[in-house]
This record gives sequence, C-alpha cells and structure tokens, in this order.
Amino acid sequence: MREEIVVRVGAKVLTPFIIMFALYVHFHGDYSPGGGFQAGVILAAAFALLALVYGLEAVQRVLPPWFAQMCAGLGVLIYAGVGVVTVLLGHNYLGYGALAHDPEHGQHYGIMAVELGVLVTVFGVMVTVFYLFAGRGTMKP
Amino acid sequence: MLGAAGLALLRIRNLFAVVMLAGIYSLLSAGLFTVMDAVDVAFTEAAVGAGISTVLFLAALALAGHHENKPGHTPLLPMLVVVITGAALVYGTMDMPGFGDPDNPVHHHVADHYLEESPHEIGIPNVVTAVLASYRGYDTMGETTVVFAAAVGVMLLLAGGVRSRGRAGRQAGEEGDG
Repeated sequence: MREEIVVRVGAKVLTPFIIMFALYVHFHGDYSPGGGFQAGVILAAAFALLALVYGLEAVQRVLPPWFAQMCAGLGVLIYAGVGVVTVLLGHNYLGYGALAHDPEHGQHYGIMAVELGVLVTVFGVMVTVFYLFAGRGTMKP
Repeated sequence: MLGAAGLALLRIRNLFAVVMLAGIYSLLSAGLFTVMDAVDVAFTEAAVGAGISTVLFLAALALAGHHENKPGHTPLLPMLVVVITGAALVYGTMDMPGFGDPDNPVHHHVADHYLEESPHEIGIPNVVTAVLASYRGYDTMGETTVVFAAAVGVMLLLAGGVRSRGRAGRQAGEEGDG
C-alpha cells in the first residue's frame, strides 16, 4: 500500500481524529457509552492503521515495542495504585470517596483514574499483540 | 443477516473473505446490541470485534496463507456433538424467565439499588460506567489483569520465536477480551 497516495494521505489525516475520538470516549465515559476499554482499543487502532499503511518500522520509531509493553503493565499498576491511595487516605480499597472532600467528586476522580489504568493497559496490550503478529513474518504493508 | 453471514463464514474456504465476513458479522451484532439498548456492549463489539480483531486476523493471514485446506475427516462426529450440545443448551433455556419480563429475579437483586441510588452515590449519568468502575471496581481490576496476562501469554508464545529463528513456531494466541 506504500504507493497509494489516497490511502497514505487519508490515514495521515484520520489518525489525529481517531486519537482525539479515543480520548473523547475515555473522558466522556461518565456521560455516554464508552470508557477506558473502548478508548484503549480505538487508540491502538489508530496505530494499527498507521502500521498497515506506512509499514511497521515507521510506527515502531514513534511507538517502540518496549513502550507498548511498559504501558500494558503500567495500566494495571495505575488501577491497583488508586486502590492503595484510597487505603492510605483511610478508606476501603478502591473506595473513591477518599479522593475528594465531596464523596461524589471523589467517585468522579476515582472512576477517571481507574478507567485511565484500563485505557493504558488495553492500549499497550493491543499494540503489543499487533506488533507481535505483524512483525513476525513477511507482512509487507 | 446475521444467520446468512454465519452460514457464509462456514462454507467459504477463502480465508480473506472469511476474515472480512467475520468483521461484518461483528458489526451486525453490534447493530443488534444497539437495537437491544446495550450501547456500551455494542461499542465494544464494534471496536474490538469489527476493528482490532479483523486487523489481527489479517496479520495472521499474511503468515498463514489465504486458503483453508479441506478437512481430512468426516464432519459427522463433530456434527453429532454440536447437535447434542445445542439441544442441551436449548433445553436449558426452557426454565429461563421470559425475556424483558420486569419480574425477573435479575432485575430485583442489586439492579434496583444501582439504578435508583447511583445518581446520588456516584453522581454520574452513565450507570454502566458507575457499575463497572465503582460498584464492581474489583471485578474490573481483575479484568484488566486478565487482559495484561493475555498479552504476557502472547508475548511468551510469539516473541520467543524471534530470538531463536531456527524453530519458527506456529502462530497462536487469541486477543484477550475482558
């Protein structure tokens, strides 16, 4: 697909919007369908699209495999870390009410934080799996 | 349309067409979920089933070739097993309460509490997110860990072959779906 100019330009134009949409899905997850899991998948899809069009090496220069693998672990740590923070603040594990004076606001922050953990993990996992599949054989983009 | 796509999936031997049909099947199921008012599920199905899975299958196809060989055995025994299992499952649904019946037990355990109290306790309009991340926070953490574990498994299976190129293993592993 390297020579198809429509595909190349189209992918380039679409990518920022896909990433923006992923962030929208994440931060608007309180009010509309969506959340960390869907956002992570969409974010990973943006990089998969780039890899399909521009080739794996070009994308791995932007997003190296070690970074994606680190993300996969980091998300779980974020999620579990929120729980530890609430324990240190004197509430139950993952009792988000501890995170702000008003328990409702605390719930907001807590949900955002754990969904961020889900997003980071899902993004890292999807990109890692895609890299492994695509980078394994003779996949010519 | 779902049935037609499913049947075509079974009959076609060109794997490229099968992958595309699987994507269409996922998209149709996403539409079905939307009709049944499960928009969060539909969203996930569209993003994972129709999006990422298709790309992963294509990447696997680039490794495995485009044509599926004819099976060497007769399909009678698998058919028998499938029919018996399917009959058992259908028999199992006989005792289930009617679909959408407001008196179903599932609607009277904790669902009332979630629907009535979550605007005060959690303060966000999307009840699905409230249940997922707050009431069922431990479960979601477990799911995140499962997704992570799936990635570790795929890495062990696939990335190991990169170092020792001599014995190229078969591609394996499924995408982890929390």
